[in-house]
Amino acid sequence: MTTAGDRVLPAGPTTAARHPLFIATGAVVGAGTMLMFGMLAVWFKFRDASPLRVGRNNKMIHDWLPADLKIPEVATNTLAITMVIAAIMGQWAVYSATRKDAQHTTLALFITGVIGVAAVNAQVAIYKQMGAVLADGSYQTMFYAITGTMLVLICTGIAFSLVAAFRVLGGRVADRAVVTAHAMYWYFLSTAFIALWFVVYVQK
Amino acid sequence: MTTVNLPSTLGAEATADSGFLGSVAAWLTTTDHKRIGRLFIGTAALWLLTYVGVATLLGFERIDSKSLTFNEGMMTQLFAASKTLASFGVTAPLMIGLSLALAPTLVGARSVMFARNAMLGFYLWAIGSAVVVASLVGNGGPGGGNAQMVDLYLLGLALVILGLIAAAVSVVATVLSARTAGTDLADVPSFAWSSMVGSISLVLTLPVALGTLIYVVVDHHYTRVAFGANMGIMKWLGWSMSQPQTFLYVIPAIGVLAELAPAVARRTQPLRGGVFIGVGLISVALLGSVTQTVHGLAWTGTFIDKAKSFVPYALFNLLPILGVGVVLALALFTLKSDSIKMIAPFIPAFLGGGMILTAMLGNALQLISSANLSGTVFEEGALVYITYGTVLVAWSAIAFWGPTLWGRMLPAAVVAGIGALGFVATVLAALPMYIAGFADQQADSVKDFDYSGPAGLWNAVSTVGHALFALCVVVAIAAAGKSLATGQRVAGNPWIDGGAQ
Repeated sequence: MTTAGDRVLPAGPTTAARHPLFIATGAVVGAGTMLMFGMLAVWFKFRDASPLRVGRNNKMIHDWLPADLKIPEVATNTLAITMVIAAIMGQWAVYSATRKDAQHTTLALFITGVIGVAAVNAQVAIYKQMGAVLADGSYQTMFYAITGTMLVLICTGIAFSLVAAFRVLGGRVADRAVVTAHAMYWYFLSTAFIALWFVVYVQK
Repeated sequence: MTTVNLPSTLGAEATADSGFLGSVAAWLTTTDHKRIGRLFIGTAALWLLTYVGVATLLGFERIDSKSLTFNEGMMTQLFAASKTLASFGVTAPLMIGLSLALAPTLVGARSVMFARNAMLGFYLWAIGSAVVVASLVGNGGPGGGNAQMVDLYLLGLALVILGLIAAAVSVVATVLSARTAGTDLADVPSFAWSSMVGSISLVLTLPVALGTLIYVVVDHHYTRVAFGANMGIMKWLGWSMSQPQTFLYVIPAIGVLAELAPAVARRTQPLRGGVFIGVGLISVALLGSVTQTVHGLAWTGTFIDKAKSFVPYALFNLLPILGVGVVLALALFTLKSDSIKMIAPFIPAFLGGGMILTAMLGNALQLISSANLSGTVFEEGALVYITYGTVLVAWSAIAFWGPTLWGRMLPAAVVAGIGALGFVATVLAALPMYIAGFADQQADSVKDFDYSGPAGLWNAVSTVGHALFALCVVVAIAAAGKSLATGQRVAGNPWIDGGAQ
């Protein structure tokens, strides 16, 4: 019979870890998804609890978005499209890295980062156009909390893009793990933003 | 099943001849997973002492419900401190610390994946928990009277949550990606499996608490309209400090029990798959947690009404119990062996596991509406059971894997003695709360509760239990410190190799 003592073996040789960055990024993406969807769930809870009023087409709607606030639809829709393009750029970087094409990988990563900056710019433009004052009520508080959290997540994505780009610039083009994890993170950012866009900006 | 036992010095930075300051610097900047784990465990021990002190004070104040010994204004902060520290100061970080220290070794990894991230997690958690305690001292926290200190409490809590998530990500990445070549995930030791399941549960549930926290902190700082300001903090975040969420924090503790039973029986666990399924079942509770809703059982109305109430109740409260029951049953099944050789660490592990199961059963009972236990101290009793039970299991893990962690043994008599005394203290501290809960003693209150029965006696016994547990913690810290400094040096692990009983 095998005893517990027999089961303990001396340490084996060092082995390469299997996709640790991809797995860790997956865990972070899982956490980020729960963060954003948890916040959206609380948003739904408050919206459902708001009183009903007659809407423009004589249908009963929740009186959640204050009447004096208008969602700038052009800016929000542009931002949604921008986020999708960022994810596509992230995938382009993976495509190029697979072919060991350092030039295009770097270009794709920098473009992803620049698009991220454009997304931040668009969000700030939305804030300015809406003119919502944070301390005015529940809607405004929650609006800034959820969009602000998304903004912070986008900023981490930009930082990720820069780190990945400089690694490739430094000659580590064969190291696809970072580029793949980077693309996954931007897919998450795009998905989370599309969900936020639909709930906060489209459904209002 | 084959495990790999790495030397205890592996990954440790060279600190010899570097002097005291060099040694401190080496600890503060370490990337050695065992040191990071020990930092988590050591700091959690400090908060455990604080928690036990707070619980003793609250118990003492409740002995006589007609008069107050301490300032009444303190009580809100003390109740908030007991809940926050039990969950985010003791159970969750204790289990994360054990996971960081042991899981890489158990899966044959040279170190934890993203060690700097794990260390960042420690710093965020340690600083955050200190900020939380400081804010509570300054009249902050849930129901606190100082608005700036309430903001500080929320900021500290956010840091604590971020720290735990960061450390949990490292544990998940290690077990999933850094196993010895050729080792399947189904072959990892039970503790490594439960560490992974527990860490995944943290990674998936704590962000929901963080998201709610962001709403609460923005609302509190600016408008104080939507989320109830300081009085609404526990309404929105209390779920992260109570059951079933606390079940998720202690999943690795169940893995310790599953790991130690085969060591006692001197044979492999014949039904490893069952153990893994049992541990996985406990994580079902995460679904109940993230809904932020209490899923009680109201056995009234039509059959459909009863079914609508029973299904979520059973899913979120009974399935985790089934999971612990499966692991306990399989542990006992393993002990059905001719080659049993009792080892001291198994005693606190088994007793602590029993305490955790008692907490889960209590929670399930409390949520039956006809039991009328809601809003009583019964829930506090369950939290004490789960906290102290987890500490007992952690003590057994420290004793069992001590030789692996720092190459020295803890004396068997001390391990077993503290385990037995800790068990008695846990029962004394928590069982009277269960009884007082049935007698309708209000939760979060130290005065003006009156019911037929010896209210003073129950609260006095509970206070003695907490004080006794405080003694156990002090002795355990002293014993661990002595073992670390002058304990018997050993090679390998005598608990496994048969050299110790």
